[in-house]
Amino acid sequence: MSEREPVLEVSGLETHFHLGGGLLGRGEEQVVRAVDGVTFDIREGEIFGLVGESGSGKTTLGRTILGLVPATGGSIRWKGRELVGLTEKEFRPLRRRLGMIFQDPNASLNPAMTVAQGVGHPLRIHGITQTRAETRARVAEMLERCGLAPAERYLDVYPEDISGGQKQRVVIARTLITGPELVVADEPVAALDMSIRAKVLELMMDLKDELGLTYLYITHDLASGRFVCDRMAIMYLGQMVEWGEARAIYDDPQHPYTASLLDAIPLPDPSRRDRDKQLPRGEIPDALSPPRGCRFHPRCPRAFEPCGWEGRDLIDALEDRWTRIDEATFERELGLVGDRTAAVVADDHVRFRTDDPHALRQLLTELGPSLPTVVIDATTSMEADAGDLVVRFGAGPAPGDQVVAGRTVACHLHGVVERS
Amino acid sequence: MSTVPALSVSDLTVDYATPKGYLRAVDGVAFDLHPGESLGLVGESGCGKSSLGRALMQLLPQGALVGGSVNLAGDELIGASDARLRKARGEDLALVFQEPMTRLDPLMKVSDHFVEAIRAHRPETSKDEARHMAREVLAQMGIPPTRANNYPHEFSGGMRQRIMLALGIVLKPQVIIADEPTTALDVIVEAQILDLLDRLRSDHNVGLILITHNLGIVAETCDRVAVMYAGRIVEIGPVVDVFARPKHPYTQGLLRSVISVDTTELSSIDGSPPDLTAPPRGCRFAPRCDQAFEDCHSVDPMLAQVALDQHAACLLYPGADRRGAEVGV
Repeated sequence: MSEREPVLEVSGLETHFHLGGGLLGRGEEQVVRAVDGVTFDIREGEIFGLVGESGSGKTTLGRTILGLVPATGGSIRWKGRELVGLTEKEFRPLRRRLGMIFQDPNASLNPAMTVAQGVGHPLRIHGITQTRAETRARVAEMLERCGLAPAERYLDVYPEDISGGQKQRVVIARTLITGPELVVADEPVAALDMSIRAKVLELMMDLKDELGLTYLYITHDLASGRFVCDRMAIMYLGQMVEWGEARAIYDDPQHPYTASLLDAIPLPDPSRRDRDKQLPRGEIPDALSPPRGCRFHPRCPRAFEPCGWEGRDLIDALEDRWTRIDEATFERELGLVGDRTAAVVADDHVRFRTDDPHALRQLLTELGPSLPTVVIDATTSMEADAGDLVVRFGAGPAPGDQVVAGRTVACHLHGVVERS
Repeated sequence: MSTVPALSVSDLTVDYATPKGYLRAVDGVAFDLHPGESLGLVGESGCGKSSLGRALMQLLPQGALVGGSVNLAGDELIGASDARLRKARGEDLALVFQEPMTRLDPLMKVSDHFVEAIRAHRPETSKDEARHMAREVLAQMGIPPTRANNYPHEFSGGMRQRIMLALGIVLKPQVIIADEPTTALDVIVEAQILDLLDRLRSDHNVGLILITHNLGIVAETCDRVAVMYAGRIVEIGPVVDVFARPKHPYTQGLLRSVISVDTTELSSIDGSPPDLTAPPRGCRFAPRCDQAFEDCHSVDPMLAQVALDQHAACLLYPGADRRGAEVGV
């Protein structure tokens, strides 16, 4: 399988959303970098998994590939043809070749259309069939392929009359009826009950073989990804942190984020409850202002000095400490540090508006080893300046891609390589 | 366990009026929960697990009828006065929901939520004391004291769920009912919240009822598990035993259908749960069961002991047949 030709080649892809400035055009323009420099390819006949938490950009990436969201940079080639920059009119004939299955079957079916009307709709839109009888026959055939047999039982019912699993089969039939070659499946089973998820995944895999499909399978669920995917990419805040053969990634993750995701999956085996888990701190941060250097560094259980430490990490570390100490000590330290909103945080330094910079410097130095991260080790200087304390951080290059154990990883643990 | 249960539920029923007639969402459920114990309540959508959780606190929509008994350390809650119920909610029982944002007032500072909740139950507490209690319990849940005066929208989803947990435990209840507390969260934050729940249980000896559709979560956090199907508990027992040796065909099918990182073969259960306005005769799972025999379609099984501390409602096991029980077999 791995020797097949790539059908989709994505390179340096960016999907940025510009949120505009403040009222009356004042204030800085804000940019959400939902997809921020992504390069990969999908080979014919494979299932490529895109895995990440909410906010990782995986859904936006899928939608960008289908032209549902405009790319703001980079390239997407479908069988050699550039898709970025196509007008809606130029894209339209391609839509029947590129299908999408959405997560929630209730939201993706029109409740006012019967199954026959809904599934047949794309045939009419693309002018694939001419008569109602022809459309109905094609719909019936596709429903049966999708496990809704005999089709007569389903053709004239409305979505509300059938179960969740049956609805998702209807959605799949509607997607496949135009004969797509690449299908982007965004969490196709997440909204379904557990006892029927396997059935729908099996159906998708059977149809892939029967119809010669290629899938981009988008999910937050690493467990189903392992079973389904040939190759996969782990995304974090708009970038890929590790990608390659799915089996290699599961068996021996090389990025701490991948390892954490795997550790966090609850196992249906009470005897392994007490296994060692390396869980990251906190949550995925706001994509409006991603962390410096490696975007995962503030949460990373294995982060070290070059990972991109910055001012807000120091404040986070102090706040974390303050959840675990007595009130008197907290009040004393807060008095020295000043309110978090009073500190001026820049990329490579933080300025504390304190009454006593020397005492604060001493406190920070003393606390260093007890903080939950190595943030103090990554400082290059702490100096009193105009009555404030300025704490500076060294260079924190964003990690570049490197090949480790047969897959690509962007992490400084494998050697500090700067992202180009 | 020989201690006095923190919560004892018997013959609990919940009926909803629907255009098609009454629908019995919870049908004769019984279990005990001991202090410091965690019970997982699992099942698929529509099995009645959320109705059960709300019935324990009598927080059901208008028109729902609750019957049976919910006994809180010797105190009956079904039929209790509104004043008694208000006291129970918060002081004795805490309910933690799936979507924390909808449960916090966007116009109120987080600390004020605590002041309000604490003073509603203990009016003699001063505002300063209440804020102090809030800071302490928020810190336990990992929320820095510097954030106590922020508004709910200034927190992430996981932080909001931590705030909800803190609100739930500030009055030191004996039992926490958590209804899909991590379903809206990502897997890493989910693991963090489950760790917190576990710590609460062991540090404060609180009983925990964890309602979830995720068997992995039950395996990770619960001592016992009750599997619900079509309004009834069909199997109940220690997590270790039920996961290793499930007795009810539904439990067996459900465990086989879990897709975990160890899955090498996909499996599912054919069919779908019955319409509860007209449940099938006999065992409600029989139409989907690959081990069903003739009696299953006419005889309604009851829970029978199938192993030490493990019970299943299935005619495959002696004692589950009501007809036998009546003649004393």
